[in-house]
Amino acid sequence: MKIAVLSGKGGTGKTLLSVNLAAAADNSVYIDCDVEEPNGHLYFKPDDVITEKVSVWIPFAEEKKCIGCRKCVDFCKFNALAYIKSSLLVFEEICHSCGGCVLFCPQGALSERKKIIGEIKHGKSQNTTVITGILNPGEASGIPVISTLLDNGPHDNQVVMIDCPPGSSCSVMESIKDADYCLLVVEPTIFGVHNLEMVYELVKLFGKPTGAVLNKCLTQTNPAEEFCSESGIKVLSRIPFDQDLGLLSSNAIIAVREAPRYRELFTELLNLIEQEVQHEAAANS
Amino acid sequence: MKVAIPVDDVSMDTNICISFGRTPYFLIYDTETSDAMFLDNSGAAIQGGAGIKAAQAIVDSNVEALLTPRCGENAAEVIRAANIKIYQTKGNLLRDNLQAFSDGELELLDDIHEGFHGGK
Repeated sequence: MKIAVLSGKGGTGKTLLSVNLAAAADNSVYIDCDVEEPNGHLYFKPDDVITEKVSVWIPFAEEKKCIGCRKCVDFCKFNALAYIKSSLLVFEEICHSCGGCVLFCPQGALSERKKIIGEIKHGKSQNTTVITGILNPGEASGIPVISTLLDNGPHDNQVVMIDCPPGSSCSVMESIKDADYCLLVVEPTIFGVHNLEMVYELVKLFGKPTGAVLNKCLTQTNPAEEFCSESGIKVLSRIPFDQDLGLLSSNAIIAVREAPRYRELFTELLNLIEQEVQHEAAANS
Repeated sequence: MKVAIPVDDVSMDTNICISFGRTPYFLIYDTETSDAMFLDNSGAAIQGGAGIKAAQAIVDSNVEALLTPRCGENAAEVIRAANIKIYQTKGNLLRDNLQAFSDGELELLDDIHEGFHGGK
């Protein structure tokens, strides 16, 4: 069962939820897809960490063979190539590694070389396998790191928690595309609701079963609760604005492993999600 | 000298366009003969790499200088690889800038911005 945790804005509780839900499961995998700033590993402090490099293919031209026909330049939809003064300029950070330019070159002047853009770390923390994606600073796109992260598997019979990047852009789409369930975390602010609206539109587009967790709940009216009820989003849990929980988190302690009441809270939520996924599977079968 | 300038409209009375890569037109102007030709910027509305595409078109039009209010780093790399000088325009009017350039009053643009690239 793959559960993607997402929210429009940062700081609403994606990592809090994904880490604690993974820790609450008997046998789980935690995958940190927030490759620009992965932080789940700070909580898990995994052992036996193995690192694997992630690379992409970038074209390069052999100038002697190039006749300047510009078929590659015209082909590239992303405009990653320019032909200036009898030589080909390649803008690596714009290239999407599709390989089309190489196929189109009538002279066989183009070939590809590997460019390392990041790495993946695998480790173990009690009952959880911790997999972290890290994009090298300065790289434009984390998508190749995320797709490599999610190719690991199949993780049969395990609870897989996918900690998504914030926002609703391509990197989030890549993170949720194989998820069985999308869990939307939202804080009780107008800004939070605005961003929830954007991610909700995204998960609807993907046709994913979805539920929400209202985090940092206060006693007054919650705009997030209102939005969920108007949009028909099922609210699975309401986590109160809790100083103890905040303190544990800011000290990089996994609440589930620390206090029974938090284990109870997150186990209950995990069970609810499992039921939702089963309902969905039954409804579609 | 042949120069290129991003402009808002097909007219000598138009304004300089504030964007290089996303300008609707380029004026290709010969300062000696006063020959003027307006070039459609085919990359004005493309998703990404607009600066590179526009710069390629400028290079292909064989100009020796580009007059622009600003320029992104990818476009600048293409322009510089072709040994085309980049001058910074002053104010809005095209005519004023052509005059200023002829009078040697425009300075080389050295503040190249990082570009306004969306997520991908």
